[in-house]
Amino acid sequence: MAVHKVLGIETEFGILHRNDGESNPVAASSMIINAYVNGFLERRIGWDFEDEHPGVDARGFNEFDALAPEIETHLVNAVLTNGARYYVDHAHPELSTPECTDAKQCTIYDRAAEEILIRSMEKANELLPDGEELVIHKNNSDGKGNSYGCHENYLVDRAVPFGRIVQQIMPFFISRQIFCGAGKIGSEAPGLTHAEVPFQITQRADFFEEEVGLETTLKRPIVNTRDEPHADSKKYRRLHVIVGDANMSEVQTYLKLGTTAIVLAMIDDDMAPNDCAFETPVKTLREVSYDIDLEMSHRLLNGQRASALDVLWAYYAAAQLWSDRYGFEVVGGDDIGNDILRQWHDVLSALESDPDSLTDSIDWIAKRRLYKGFQERHDLEWSDPRMAALDLQYHDLRPDKGLARRIGLARVSTDEQVNNAIGSPPPTTRAYFRGRCLERYPDAIVAANWDSMVFDVGSDPLRRVPMLEPLRGTEVHVASLLDECEDAAELLRRLGT
Amino acid sequence: MAEREQRRRPSSRSDESDAEEIDAANTGEELKAELDDLLDEIDGVLESNAEEFVKNYVQKGGE
Repeated sequence: MAVHKVLGIETEFGILHRNDGESNPVAASSMIINAYVNGFLERRIGWDFEDEHPGVDARGFNEFDALAPEIETHLVNAVLTNGARYYVDHAHPELSTPECTDAKQCTIYDRAAEEILIRSMEKANELLPDGEELVIHKNNSDGKGNSYGCHENYLVDRAVPFGRIVQQIMPFFISRQIFCGAGKIGSEAPGLTHAEVPFQITQRADFFEEEVGLETTLKRPIVNTRDEPHADSKKYRRLHVIVGDANMSEVQTYLKLGTTAIVLAMIDDDMAPNDCAFETPVKTLREVSYDIDLEMSHRLLNGQRASALDVLWAYYAAAQLWSDRYGFEVVGGDDIGNDILRQWHDVLSALESDPDSLTDSIDWIAKRRLYKGFQERHDLEWSDPRMAALDLQYHDLRPDKGLARRIGLARVSTDEQVNNAIGSPPPTTRAYFRGRCLERYPDAIVAANWDSMVFDVGSDPLRRVPMLEPLRGTEVHVASLLDECEDAAELLRRLGT
Repeated sequence: MAEREQRRRPSSRSDESDAEEIDAANTGEELKAELDDLLDEIDGVLESNAEEFVKNYVQKGGE
């Protein structure tokens, strides 16, 4: 039986400091996060980099002398009361959602992340001199060959051979682009012109050069091997997925997370298709992204040919068999599971018969309609800078400028759910414990990370509370305990640390 | 595309689960606007100096 597909999304946002002369994106990203922390949070709680060694379970009374200097060496880093991590990564503001137990919950937190960035941007801009402006984009490329990521992560069973995960997830990653892509004008792969690739399905396919590997910043692999479970490493892996776009469409985020969670559960249970491996994965990844009419078929290792749609139908059929056998418990229950399967079926059918019917739910299809209309209206070539501006502005998070939020994209979340998710953690994972502790005992928390929290309750040494099980520390487990404990000292006493 | 036809298309189970349709995606249609209206609106919000905006938009690689 598969392990529960605990999941999350990490998004690096594009950032532009306008009219600043010598723009410094690291400083600009720091301004964004500091504006949020100082403007909206009671107290700044730092990130604890002990997390880099999750196997070390420092249960109990621990001296904690290595923490402070280590934090100094890193850039701005904060933990939010919704359980998220908000920080500067390379030269971008990045937000990692809290751990979630299903695709819908995670989609809500992804949308809450956008709102957090919008609030940060607005707050930061109040502090800037007249004429200067910070602008945030939820995209993955600057159109000039520089890319930044939107990563997903999923809990998988450590007992499953990694080779099987690689073999069975790769055809799915390559094919899912057709319903996961955020769309992009032109190509940033070396040697390709606008004439050859005027418009493509994904932002990211141009940047992948390997099939499997550890890198994320160069020679990017389709399957990333980073092995940081941020949990009990004897029981779990955490598959770090770098081959995806940041979607403006909630439906796509939901489908991407939901279908991938199901496929990984199928792999855990050894029920995923075994005969869909592409002969040349890196080349096929790009071909699929460039094939906006969904006409191509690609050579498989077994000598047959298949289109991205063929492969996705094969995974869909396997998912039906898998769910007949195991149900949907590990992806969040029957309601969510059945809904994901239904939408998976419907999106494949629509892509096959009438892709333009998806203009309200698939970014690249919405873009294509919009861009073609704009082109005709103003008689522009694909290579015109105004087209490139349109393609940036689709992802612009400024409410008065962003295009995606004014074209009628369907919602998965409600405003109320998103507002709640900005400040409150998901009730169903350890993020609940993290977020509630931050909200309730901010002065007693030195630092936090995915799998532990460090408390300072006065005279005693700092204490680390390990949280190696992503499904412990939930509302059901600890809500009444947290409500009852007046202060962190009492909490730690009752936790028995 | 012979292979494509050979693959049997599994049917949806939406008949069984219509009632379970969670509140996903049910507010979409009210937001549908005619493309022309949309393009009018976009003309109104598009960056006035598009060329310069695009030129200045340079990001460092990330991840």
